[in-house]
Amino acid sequence: MSQQTIKNLADLLASGKTSSVELCQDYLARIGARNPELNAFITVDPDKTLAEARAADAARAAGSAGPLTGVPVAHKDIFCAEGWLTTCGSRMLHNFVSPYDAHVISQFKAAGMPTLGKTNMDEFAMGSSNETSHFGAVKNPWDVARVPGGSSGGSAACVAAGLAPAATGTDTGGSIRQPAALTGITGLKPTYGVVSRYGMIAFASSLDQAGPMARTAEDCALLLNVMAGFDERDSTSLERENEDYARDLAKPLNGLRIGLPKEFFGAGLTGDTAQAVQAAINEFRKLGATTVEVSLPNSGLSVAAYYVIAPAEASSNLSRFDGVRYGYRTKDYTDLTDMYEKTRAEGFGAEVKRRILIGTYVLSHGYYDAYYIQAQKLRRLIAQDFAKAYEQCDVILGPTAPTTAFKLGEKADDPVQMYLSDIYTIAVNLAGLPGISMPCGFDAQGLPIGLQLIGDYFAEARMLNVAHQYQLATDWHQRTPGGY
Amino acid sequence: MQWETVIGLEVHTQLTTQSKIFSGASTAFGAEPNRQACGVDIALPGVLPVLNKGAVERAIRFGLAIGARLNRVNVFARKNYFYPDLPKGYQISQFELPIVEGGTLTIQVGDQEKTVRITRAHLEEDAGKSLHEDFHGMTGIDLNRAGTPLLEIVSEPDMRSAKEAVAYAKALHTLVTWIGTCDGNMQEGSFRVDANVSVRPKGQQEFGTRREIKNLNSFRFLEQAIDYEVRWQIAQIEDGHKIQQATVLFDADTGETRMMRTKEDAHDYRYFPDPDLLPVKLEEDWIEQVKAAMPELPQAKQARYTGEFGLSAYDAATLTASRAMADYFEAVAAALAKADAKLAANWVMGELSAALNKAELDIAMSPIPAERLARLLGRIQDGTLSGKLARQVFDIMWTEGGEPDVIIEAKGLRQMSDNGEIERIIDEVLAANPKSVEEFRAGKEKAFNALVGQVMKATKGKANPAQVNELLRARLAG
Repeated sequence: MSQQTIKNLADLLASGKTSSVELCQDYLARIGARNPELNAFITVDPDKTLAEARAADAARAAGSAGPLTGVPVAHKDIFCAEGWLTTCGSRMLHNFVSPYDAHVISQFKAAGMPTLGKTNMDEFAMGSSNETSHFGAVKNPWDVARVPGGSSGGSAACVAAGLAPAATGTDTGGSIRQPAALTGITGLKPTYGVVSRYGMIAFASSLDQAGPMARTAEDCALLLNVMAGFDERDSTSLERENEDYARDLAKPLNGLRIGLPKEFFGAGLTGDTAQAVQAAINEFRKLGATTVEVSLPNSGLSVAAYYVIAPAEASSNLSRFDGVRYGYRTKDYTDLTDMYEKTRAEGFGAEVKRRILIGTYVLSHGYYDAYYIQAQKLRRLIAQDFAKAYEQCDVILGPTAPTTAFKLGEKADDPVQMYLSDIYTIAVNLAGLPGISMPCGFDAQGLPIGLQLIGDYFAEARMLNVAHQYQLATDWHQRTPGGY
Repeated sequence: MQWETVIGLEVHTQLTTQSKIFSGASTAFGAEPNRQACGVDIALPGVLPVLNKGAVERAIRFGLAIGARLNRVNVFARKNYFYPDLPKGYQISQFELPIVEGGTLTIQVGDQEKTVRITRAHLEEDAGKSLHEDFHGMTGIDLNRAGTPLLEIVSEPDMRSAKEAVAYAKALHTLVTWIGTCDGNMQEGSFRVDANVSVRPKGQQEFGTRREIKNLNSFRFLEQAIDYEVRWQIAQIEDGHKIQQATVLFDADTGETRMMRTKEDAHDYRYFPDPDLLPVKLEEDWIEQVKAAMPELPQAKQARYTGEFGLSAYDAATLTASRAMADYFEAVAAALAKADAKLAANWVMGELSAALNKAELDIAMSPIPAERLARLLGRIQDGTLSGKLARQVFDIMWTEGGEPDVIIEAKGLRQMSDNGEIERIIDEVLAANPKSVEEFRAGKEKAFNALVGQVMKATKGKANPAQVNELLRARLAG
């Protein structure tokens, strides 16, 4: 049953060849067997999962099943789920059982899709390797000595290893796309505002966006149909007509104009990744697309702008973790200030503290104009670059990450090198655009290489169409790590 | 040296919305601790604020009432600091782009009218409460108040005395309760005043260094605190000390202000626009709707009372001290059989206000409804009652209730107006008081007054004194 697509599982359930309980038992057994080496899950609760599976089977028996009822998914531990431990990968929330469901969780519940468990992640989604988790690093199933990327590393690893058919992720600077690339799966970050952030623990509010991680673009379309939609509890949720993101999957790509930003194909892109991306471009030409060189002149400044804006927002968003009302509180303290200081010193890991310090600094009196305001200006310029590029093309193509999966510990002590892992993904968040990563080949060590497509605002259906047509013509997405 | 006091006020007015500014929890006062705090108010991980439009509508109302500029795009910002009763670790407020800017409020100090400029008014959420007394060695946190909508109204440093500051605070209190944006309940903290106070040598242009007195919750404390603070500052300067910018608290028991913190330990609040909330856009249609629904404001009413009704400026000001007062007065005036706003005004400000004050009742709670009072005044107008009899009827209406006509009948309080009957009583009185008659005839005017008194006594005060005068004089002359 492993390495099945959502689509296949839905068909099996619809035809009565399997039940949700059977499926969940099968995945839970795989998690039980293989999670110890991967550490992809923080919490697994078979009783809860199977209760939801039985309810899904009952709904199907009653004739009230939706298209995906009974198909289980795993959720990144950033989503509050009622009755589930929700840690956000942090000691600060090591004991926090959420009393409510995030919008995304309630959407999956409404669709009758059981929760397989809560996946591991970089602490508060801050990281590109999943090494900052309080619950330990996640291993890449393609090579357990390597990282799966981050911050949605647990979600990526569990899908790549077939421990779940799909998972949710969140993407603030590349946290869905980069781990999808490093584990050979498909991951979509929607346009900012398409998926409600209600109940998703905030890292950088103006950048955070939830999205699906799955084996195929088609699965991502089906999952986005579940996740997307207006939610009045999130003021940045966009009030739009619901759409079927799978509606254009079958469209041929004749006449598609693909933009190739010259800044993405410069000196930084070398070796196997460059070749694989070039091969993908050739494949698209065969499918009827044309290519045009475009320019994103300010994209080189995106990492710098991001590391002002994201920490600024994070420094404020994480202030609520103070030991007063829930979560971790230090054992011994003499007064209020001592309690705050010890709680936060002990409850947060090094990377989170680094970003709180950066964020506090850039918002401080006398520095705000020089950092925060400048970064916001850059952000507008970056968005304008994309707007200009879309005058010439329908979708932008490039690599997802500069390298394939690196070794555990390789960049852990070099934050700047780590931050550069997201050099191709960050501009997309700053502009609020949708982006997708899918596998387009392997390097000499047999590690997957990710291809990124960036769409204009609300072009998810078109991007998924492009990705799906590519996956019909190639089989990179069908490769699975040895032993899984 | 002659000193001049300079005062500016920051007033936190709690808005009258049913639910909080960013959550659906109730704003009702007095619930058990933490029973009116939802996930958003206690800042659970993942929750998000959603702006209550009712709070914005009230801010628009206030802006219109003071003739301010309404910022068509205004922005919520985060004010970051740690405190246990501030669950998010930041307060959502407005910083660079508040909803209301500019505007004025006219105040009356003695006979002087003065215009105070308002700098800005911005929307923000209240914090919770720390309860230090109730738990031994610990602090309790009550988050019921967290997220309650406030409009903070900041004045220019336009006031020059504690009296002016109190007059401004009172005028503002009247206005916000008048337009219904705030219930004005100062005991419950719905209207809290911070006063920025400085002194300078008279004639000097630059302001002195100010100290801010926090959280004054009565007009009396406001006046006492400023008076003390001014004396203290002048004494400091005259002793050769410099005033340090500081925040101080007023101790109502000692009547003194004491330092809470200086500028050196002031927070850097690291304001930045809240990314969870979009900029607030005020559509013209909406502003027009709010404008159309605005009640007539005190100043417009005063102009109408002096113009249309011919009342004095003082009476007009008294009758517009609150909207309930003005509504009551207008209802009495409108219900009078013969238009006589002055009569209505005299009774509302006189008998009724005195009775209300004595009973510590608000006019909205008056046991005598406006229409009933008008019916009583109608009996003065048609001669059934003298002023004195009307006051007797009023007292019965106040204590026992009931319609004036019923009371007049039951108690026989009708004014005696039949000439024949009065003349009969006059004859009796003259027969019984020959000595007074004699004295009057001898030219003693005082004796006449005594005879009038006797007649009034004999009629139990029901005769019209003017009529008695006239008839008695005719009789004595005859």
